[in-house]
Amino acid sequence: MAREVSTGLESVQRGWYKFSRSKMSISGLCVVLAIVTLAVFAPLVAPYPEHVGTFLDFSAVFRPPSFEHPLGTDYVGRDVLSRIIFGYRFSLTLGLTVLSLVVPTGTILGLIAGYYKDTWIDTIIMRTTDTFLSLPPLVLALAIAAILTPNLFNAMVAISFAWWPWYCRMIYSITSSLRNEPYILLADVIGAGKIHILFKEVLPNCVSTLLTKTTLDMGFVILIGASLSFVGLGVQAPKPGLGTMLANGTQYLPEKWWVVIFPALAILSVVVGFNLLGDGLRDALGVEEV
Amino acid sequence: MEFLSYLARRSISMIATLIAISVLIFLLTRVMPGDPARLALGTKATQDMVEDLRQRMHLDEPLYKQYYYWISGLLHGDLGRSLYSYRNVTQDVKEFFPATIELVLFATLILVTVGLLFGILAAGYKDTWIDGAIRFIAYAGVSIPYFLWAIFLLLIFGYFLEVMPTGGRLSAGVQQPPTFTGMITIDALVSGNLPALLDGLRHLILPAISLSTGGLATAARVTRTSMSDNVKKDYIQVARSFNIPRNMIMYKYLLKPSLIPTVALLGMQLGVLVANAFLVELIFNWPGFSRYGIGTMLNKDLNGITAVVLIVGGIYIIMNFIVDLIVAYLDPRIRLREA
Repeated sequence: MAREVSTGLESVQRGWYKFSRSKMSISGLCVVLAIVTLAVFAPLVAPYPEHVGTFLDFSAVFRPPSFEHPLGTDYVGRDVLSRIIFGYRFSLTLGLTVLSLVVPTGTILGLIAGYYKDTWIDTIIMRTTDTFLSLPPLVLALAIAAILTPNLFNAMVAISFAWWPWYCRMIYSITSSLRNEPYILLADVIGAGKIHILFKEVLPNCVSTLLTKTTLDMGFVILIGASLSFVGLGVQAPKPGLGTMLANGTQYLPEKWWVVIFPALAILSVVVGFNLLGDGLRDALGVEEV
Repeated sequence: MEFLSYLARRSISMIATLIAISVLIFLLTRVMPGDPARLALGTKATQDMVEDLRQRMHLDEPLYKQYYYWISGLLHGDLGRSLYSYRNVTQDVKEFFPATIELVLFATLILVTVGLLFGILAAGYKDTWIDGAIRFIAYAGVSIPYFLWAIFLLLIFGYFLEVMPTGGRLSAGVQQPPTFTGMITIDALVSGNLPALLDGLRHLILPAISLSTGGLATAARVTRTSMSDNVKKDYIQVARSFNIPRNMIMYKYLLKPSLIPTVALLGMQLGVLVANAFLVELIFNWPGFSRYGIGTMLNKDLNGITAVVLIVGGIYIIMNFIVDLIVAYLDPRIRLREA
C-alpha cells in the first residue's frame, strides 16, 4: 500500500518535471492561470465593473485606448477591458459547465458500450454516437441553440449535445481494448460487480487521456461558445460575451479597430492557452493521441 | 473483387448513417420544447391561425407519420416552405448553394496545394530553418481560430492596406456573368468575361484563405510526419544505395505512400470547411448557403434549419464516403483489414 502511494507521487513528480521542462507548456499554464484569476476576481480587477450591464455614457463613446481606458470604449461608452474580463467569466462558465455535463455522460456510456462490445447495448450506444459524430459539432450546436431560446444556458445545452459523443467514442475504444485483459477477466471471475470493474478497474486507465482531452477541449468549447455568441445565439446583449463583442465590433471597422482587435485577442489567448496546456499534459502524461 | 465488396459494405453503412441523421434532425426539431407553429407565427398570432398551421404542417399527427411526410417530400426534392418568408426552401438552397461551393472548393484548392507544398518542403529540409519556419506557420494555423484569421486578414488587407475587397462576391460596376453554375469565377471563365473572373477571384481570396488555415496547417503536419516516417523504411534506403537521384526518390517513391494519411484527413476537412463557412460568410458578407443558414436559425425557421443541417450533414457523410473509397483504393491494407 505504502509503495503504491510513493510510486503515485513519483509519477506525478516525473510528470511535472517533464511538463516544466517545456517552455510552451509553462507559458500555457501561465496564460490559463492569469485568465482564470481575472475571471474569478472580475468585480475586483475590472476597472469599471458597472460597465458590464446596461450602462450608457454617450460622452465617452468610442474612446481609443488611453490611460483611463487601456483598451478603449465601445459604441455606448463602456470600458472594453472591463467587458473582456467579465466576458472571460461567461466563457469559462460555459466551458466548465459543458465539460462537466459532457465528460461524465460520454465516459459512462463509453465504458458501458466498450465493456459490452458486440452486444445490443454496444450497437445502440455506438450507432447513436456515430450519428451525432457525422454532423459537424458547430452546425449541430447552432441548430439546437436556434431551436431553443438563445441565451447562455441554452448555448451550453446545445454545445453539450454536440460534444458528448467524442468522449463516448474515446472511452469506448480504451475500454473495448482492455476488457479481455487478464486482470479484468480475473476480477469478473472472483465475483467483482460490473460497477466495480468499470469504475475501479477500467476507468483508472482512462484518467490521463481524459485529463488531456478535457484540457484541450476547454479551448475548443470556449471557441464554439464564442462562435454561437458571434452569430447571436449565445450570450445576449447587454451581457459581455466575447463573441458578442466581436460581432458587434465588426460593424465599426476599420476606424474603431480596438472594439474588434481586443476581443479577438482575448478569444485567441484563452484558446491558445488551453491548447498549450493540453499539449504539455499530453507529453507529460505520455498520452498517445487524443 | 475485394474492392467491390468493400464498396458495397461502405455504401450500406453510408446509407444507414444518412437515414440515422435524418431521424436525428427530425427529432431535434419536433421534440424540443415549444410549438413549432407558434414559433413560426410569433406571439401575436391568434389561436386559430396556429391551429391552421399545425394542420398544414401535420403537427397534430403522430410522430412517425410526420416523419413519413417529411422524408417522402425530401426524397422528391421538396424541403418544404420557409415558415418565416414562406419561400420554397429547395429554391432558396439552389440559389445560395453555389456561392458556398465556390468558396469551399477554392479553400480546398489552397489547403491541398499549400498544405502539401509546406509538408513536402518541411520533410525535405527537415531540421533546417525552412522546417522551423513551416512548423511555426503550421502552429499558428492550427491554434488561431479560422474566424479570427478572417477578421485579421480583413482588417489588414481589406481595411488598412486596402488591396482587397472587404466583402461580397463582385465589385459594383463589374458586369455579372450569365449564370450557368452559379459560381461566379467558373461562369466568368466559361463566358469569357475576364474582368468578372479577376474581380471574383479577388473577392474569393481572403475568405478562402481564412477558411483553409486550420486544415492547411494540419495537412502540412501530417504530410511531414508521414514522409519522415517513410524515409526511414528499407525500400527508400535501397533506392538510395542504388544512387537514384534525391528528387526522384522524393517524388516517385516517397510521396505517393505518404499521401494516404493526407487524403484521409482531407475527407474530414471538407465537411469541416462547409461547417466553418458559417462564420466566414458572415464576416465577409458572402451571400452563400451558410449565411442563409444563420438567417433561418435567427428567425427560428424550422424547415429552413432542418434543410441546412441535413445538407451540411449529407455533404460531410458523402465526402467521408468518397475519401474512404479513395484511401482504400490507394492502400490495399485497409480493404483487407476490414474484410
